[in-house]
Amino acid sequence: MTEAATMTHSTAAGGDALLRIEGLQGWYGESHVLHGIDFEVREGEVVTLLGRNGAGKTSTLLAIMGILSKRKGSVTMRGAETIQMEPRHIAKLGIALCPEERGIFSSLNVEENLMLPPKIADGGLSVERIYELFPNLLERKRSQGTKLSGGEQQMLAIARILRTGAKLLLLDEPTEGLAPVIVQQIGATIRQLKQEGFTIVLVEQNFRFAASVADRHYVVDQGRVVDMIPNAELDANIDKLHAYLGV
Amino acid sequence: MFELLGIPPQVLMGQLLLGLINGSFYAVLSLGLAVIFGLLNIINFSHGAQYMLGAFVAWMLLEYLGINYWWALLIVPIVVGATGVVLEKLALRRLYHLDHLYGLLLTFGVALIIQGLFRNYYGISGLPYNIPSQLSGGQNLGFMFLPNYRGWVVVASVIVCFGTWFVIEKTRLGAYLRAATENPTLVGAFGINVPLMIMLTYGFGVALAGFAGVLAAPIYSVNPNMGADLIIVVFAVVVIGGMGSIMGAIVTGFGLGVIEGLTKVFYPAGSAVVIFVIMAIVLMIKPEGLFGRNA
Ligand SMILES: Nc1ncnc2c1ncn2[C@@H]1O[C@H](COP(=O)(O)OP(=O)(O)OP(=O)(O)O)[C@@H](O)[C@H]1O
Ligand SMILES: [Mg+2]
Repeated sequence: MTEAATMTHSTAAGGDALLRIEGLQGWYGESHVLHGIDFEVREGEVVTLLGRNGAGKTSTLLAIMGILSKRKGSVTMRGAETIQMEPRHIAKLGIALCPEERGIFSSLNVEENLMLPPKIADGGLSVERIYELFPNLLERKRSQGTKLSGGEQQMLAIARILRTGAKLLLLDEPTEGLAPVIVQQIGATIRQLKQEGFTIVLVEQNFRFAASVADRHYVVDQGRVVDMIPNAELDANIDKLHAYLGV
Repeated sequence: MFELLGIPPQVLMGQLLLGLINGSFYAVLSLGLAVIFGLLNIINFSHGAQYMLGAFVAWMLLEYLGINYWWALLIVPIVVGATGVVLEKLALRRLYHLDHLYGLLLTFGVALIIQGLFRNYYGISGLPYNIPSQLSGGQNLGFMFLPNYRGWVVVASVIVCFGTWFVIEKTRLGAYLRAATENPTLVGAFGINVPLMIMLTYGFGVALAGFAGVLAAPIYSVNPNMGADLIIVVFAVVVIGGMGSIMGAIVTGFGLGVIEGLTKVFYPAGSAVVIFVIMAIVLMIKPEGLFGRNA
């Protein structure tokens, strides 16, 4: 990491981070994939993790959630250290994951999928509000979860973590493989959620989409966070970003 | 009275009823196996021993404590289920990250130990357990005589099977179970205590075996081998229905009991093997089982 990058991102994050990650390393069995992830997210921010295929973005979210269980370093949520915790205890601190593969359950109908994650705190969206945001889900609430279109499944995967009272949402490539209109809809949803007070870590490959929703961007490369770019400075850094993403 | 292919209706109906009763045991036992396999991915080879344990605990409650059949129906599943919970906590949970085969071997070993202990203490001759007085006697239905207790076995099994089906398929608790069966990691990441669910599910599956054991005590003699003989057929039923399918286990259990009964009428020599023949055919045509979700 360059010195300039270190400086910008420690100052940008300010004092009271909701989520703070320092020196996070992670392994799948013997395979060492995260080598030093450092970043912070403040309450109410939308922050993206950008990076090419295999950079370690998904692994970072899984390590935060405790699903990637072989991990080292420090992950704190509102100051509470979670590096030794099990996923279900991390969830209770108010962190919720919308996984890359969406994780819709085929043996549950849409409504059951929506109602599955238990409430962990007050202040989640009401079911009525969720159906207002995603009217398709209401129409199809008796359908088998996996019978929905890709876009609807993505909506469902996001919708079900809004009810629980979790305030920090980890969204893993919610636009992957979806048609442009659906991508726009998801963008609008994310901006809406920010307004409602959610804090979001968004993994993206599509940096145009990322630019339309985020406050700041962290660049992940080979298991490390190598740069931080505020959204306002994205245009000025476009060449650098292209080089990082290899596009 | 009519006759079908020269077979008197009393004989036909009698065997049909016998088939339904056997089918009741097949259904309750294969249901327990399916519930366990679905969530734990373990083929519970000690299921027959746990069924036998159910019958023995009912017998002991009556013999040593004077606790009657009706209380046994309630107490035995709890006691036998609790032994399952202990087994899961002490042993099975150490095997989840290994191949299915290890769970099968462990539970098989447990079955041999339980059966060996009971054989040692109680011999193999079998202990009598009387039909509860409320259910002695029977009904004359005109075309056949229906012993009350046998009718009760069928009714109780149907209630337990469909109650279990309802809880799993139609309730919130069941939704947790179905979801954890598909993707336990994600369910855990939502804050649900999956290890606890697994432990209680195993306990419940085993409790079903214990319940079947109480139902069996007054009809079959209570002896250490009663489970070992039955469980082989039940495994064939599970293979035919498809591992892990709840409705599959129930329907196949009752259905095969009836088919076995009818075989006794029309081709008595085949009745002992008909289920295995069906199993072989199903394995060739639809290896994932009649109700199996995936191959
Ligand atoms: N289950 C796994 N077992 C072993 N290695 C894995 C596993 N999942 C991912 N990896 C490896 O870890 C590294 C980081 O992968 P990760 O999925 O975190 O990347 P990513 O940035 O999310 O990529 P993508 O944009 O393709 O989703 C890659 O080298 C990948 O091959
Ligand atoms: Mg990924």
